[in-house]
Amino acid sequence: MATVDIAPQAGQKRPGGKPVINDFSIQVATVNGSGSQTANMVLLRTIFQMGVPVSGKNLFPSNIAGLPTWFTIRASKDGYIARKKEIDFLVCMNPETAEEDVMTLAAGGAVLYDEPLGLNKLRRDLTFYAVPYDKLVAAVCPDAKLRKLVRNMIYVGVVGYLLSLDMAEVEKALRKQFKKKVKAADLNWGAAKAGYDYAAASLTKADPFKVERMNENQGKIIIDGNAAAALGCMFAGCTVVTWYPITPSSSLCEQLIDYMKRFRIGPDGKATFAIVQAEDELAAIGMVLGAGWAGARSMTSTAGPGISLMSEFAGLGYYAEIPGVIWNIERVGPSTGLPTRTSQGDVISTAFLSHGDTKHIMLFPGSVAECFTMAGEAFDLAEKFQTPIFVMSDLDLGMNNWMSDPFPYPTKPIARGKVLTKEDLDRLGSFARYKDVDGDGIGYRTLPGTDHPAASYFTRGSGHNENARYSERPDDYQNNLDRLNHKFETARSFVPKPEKVAEGTSNIGIICYGTSHWAVFESRDQLKKEYGVQTDYLRLRAYPFNRDVHEFVEKHERVYVVEQNRDAQMLSLLKLDLPADKVTRLRSVRHYNGLPIDARSVTDEIISQEGK
Amino acid sequence: MATTPTSSTPSAPPPKTNRIGLSVVDYKGGKTTLCAGCGHNAISERILEAMYEMGVKPERVAKLSGIGCSSKSPAYFMSRSHSFNAVHGRMPSVATGAVLANRSLLALGVSGDGDTASIGMGQFVHLMRRNLPIIYIIEDNGVYGLTKGQFSATADLGSKLKTGVINDLPPIDTCALAIELGATFVGRSFSGDKKQLSAMMKAALAHNGTVMLDVISPCVTFNDHEGSTKSYKYMKDHDEPIHDVNFVPFFEDIAVDYEPGSTTEVTMHDGSRLRLRKLEEDYDPTNRIGAMTRLHEAHEKGEVLTGVFYVNTQKPNFLDLLNLTDAPLATLPESLTRPPKSALDTVMEELT
Repeated sequence: MATVDIAPQAGQKRPGGKPVINDFSIQVATVNGSGSQTANMVLLRTIFQMGVPVSGKNLFPSNIAGLPTWFTIRASKDGYIARKKEIDFLVCMNPETAEEDVMTLAAGGAVLYDEPLGLNKLRRDLTFYAVPYDKLVAAVCPDAKLRKLVRNMIYVGVVGYLLSLDMAEVEKALRKQFKKKVKAADLNWGAAKAGYDYAAASLTKADPFKVERMNENQGKIIIDGNAAAALGCMFAGCTVVTWYPITPSSSLCEQLIDYMKRFRIGPDGKATFAIVQAEDELAAIGMVLGAGWAGARSMTSTAGPGISLMSEFAGLGYYAEIPGVIWNIERVGPSTGLPTRTSQGDVISTAFLSHGDTKHIMLFPGSVAECFTMAGEAFDLAEKFQTPIFVMSDLDLGMNNWMSDPFPYPTKPIARGKVLTKEDLDRLGSFARYKDVDGDGIGYRTLPGTDHPAASYFTRGSGHNENARYSERPDDYQNNLDRLNHKFETARSFVPKPEKVAEGTSNIGIICYGTSHWAVFESRDQLKKEYGVQTDYLRLRAYPFNRDVHEFVEKHERVYVVEQNRDAQMLSLLKLDLPADKVTRLRSVRHYNGLPIDARSVTDEIISQEGK
Repeated sequence: MATTPTSSTPSAPPPKTNRIGLSVVDYKGGKTTLCAGCGHNAISERILEAMYEMGVKPERVAKLSGIGCSSKSPAYFMSRSHSFNAVHGRMPSVATGAVLANRSLLALGVSGDGDTASIGMGQFVHLMRRNLPIIYIIEDNGVYGLTKGQFSATADLGSKLKTGVINDLPPIDTCALAIELGATFVGRSFSGDKKQLSAMMKAALAHNGTVMLDVISPCVTFNDHEGSTKSYKYMKDHDEPIHDVNFVPFFEDIAVDYEPGSTTEVTMHDGSRLRLRKLEEDYDPTNRIGAMTRLHEAHEKGEVLTGVFYVNTQKPNFLDLLNLTDAPLATLPESLTRPPKSALDTVMEELT
């Protein structure tokens, strides 16, 4: 099973002998369930601690233990942390995939392998380093049962030597990884040292890759997108959380449970939140809407198959106008798809989720920091617009570890939207739930339990008039639907604005959203440096589209819409939204094999379409 | 909040009020659009009366329903209560969310055998398991009324539709299922038995857990003919009350003597007393396995048992399990729902 989508001997050529500093990707090929993740994280953290921009991406199978898994670390002095197409340094810990892994390396790369595998016979354009893992682990780990888990830490020491890592940082990272388990930390540190010592004594460095200390990571944190989202939800004052386990969403709610237990126990020793593991996604969204109807900030988190199940309730939330936040940590579809691979393939289905004329607000975080901040924005928007809000993250963002500046504490007061209290009703006398009083399409609601005889109203998914009474009248129905549309138009000005990264420098523009940002960021530099092609760039952060998006398309002759799905889904939404004469400017760049999008693929595709 | 209105007619007495000063009028809803003679209309009246007599504030009540004729009925009582007519078979999840958000709400879930026993079966099961504080009523007529008369999953084996179609699948006994799954107050009644249903409704209001009431409620349009086992006539002929149900609210200081041994008395959470007077057999409503056995026996014998089959006032409810704070989550102040900056700083520090 190939993890790299290029043929051997392709890719960048390295000038012979010149050191390549802080600019490479390491791929560790192991078996899942073998403790490899700990070793991988130690390596990642070490490079991070040395101040070099770094990312780690986990390519794991839909399985619990025993199948191949790959972890790719990319170090980049330029801050390029998207997946890199080429692998420079391969650590082979899985005999099953070792040969195929070696064949996919770019020329000039290095391979660190378990001695018995004899991989050095496979190619002549790579540097091979053999390490006798079994011998080394037996020497440092007397307990045979633990050897399987400790084995991986040896490679950390070997890599430490070969890449000139600061072993003090390796130890610091290792002890941080093991937290309070001092004995395990000691055992593993012994293994790492054994690896280092072996490499120093027996290996001759013949590859160019090296890490040198930089100062790029001052004050930064490492966190996965799901944890960031969980924190964001907690600090946004979320009180009701429902969920059903599904890859890659589960860790969002699981981490939220931990954070809530730590920080949201009230002075009475009781929880200021309710978290329910529902029996399925239908129940999860039903609870979200029941809670939102009753006035709580409620949320759930799921992935594609769960979103499909939520279709009916999504329409009820839209039509009956009930707040709720739904996180979609997108994975590859359709159907069960590839549960452990990333995608942006739910854009269209989520935009219109449900039968009838339905449209939903979607937010597109592009970083872990935005997972945090957009959580707050999602709840504010849900209660302001009285509608379900879909936050579209993905597996790459949600389950991988990313560097980030620390998250800003939210200072904006929590805004609960148009809710009439008993005092308001004393003053007003009465209200009409679905009347457009303010001209923005948003009515006023009351919460169940409000102590006033005029507070109650009937919530229903069937046709209703302004007073929430059942109605089949044509004018009531159409007016209501038009008001919902008007509400959606109002949202254009309130959803997160696009990020205009560059404009006015070119007649070519690039639009992307979510994690594609990192590939586009790097691709723009490649286009400029290698082909002399200058581009402007706008990153979408929400749907409906802000006016800025229209203006951006207007200012460019050709606009490349970069996305991670087959059917150019975001481009399609743009097509529906733009005037006809602007639609022809849009061109599609798609990446959809389940691996996180890389810059080289974007660059190659744009160059090809530019005819260069 | 309502005060006794002064009458313009000189000799008309002021309307009666309950212990919170409200009259029956304060509990009324809109005009029913259900068929004349529909069992659901009678059930609506019993609910209304029970709420009035027990002095429940309408604003406290949240009416939840699914889709169907029975699910329409919340519009016909208690207009002063908020109401949510959700989607087919999924009212339990909506009700759960509402109660989690505001535990001071009194949740009343109105469903039908169509809404509950097929599409709703999954959510029903888990609602019963959780023992959420809710009164869940199934208005049971053996058919899908609103879609014009298909069999539901509670239709008895061998029962016949007006068109002559015979049901060849066994029925689901929602009471036996509810007891099996963990509901703590389970009973069956009949829309035509005013006394029994009224007492059970009032007892339901005094319970602090999941109340599951299956109320046979004949559909005069589609299932009240010869061959139906949920018709008025069939119920008249086959209704077997397992005991005589009486209820004394906590605020009524009535000392009633009863022969020891002839009545089982259950003290409810609020101090009210549920009194079950023995009719023909010794029936212990606190014996869960006995209840299930008795229900199975009733099926074998073709009996339609009614009464309070099972009641458990000791089991913790879902909110207890969640250790939820007493104040409604929906309206907690920001000081309680947004942890301080120091909390975020601590987490950030751990992640560097």
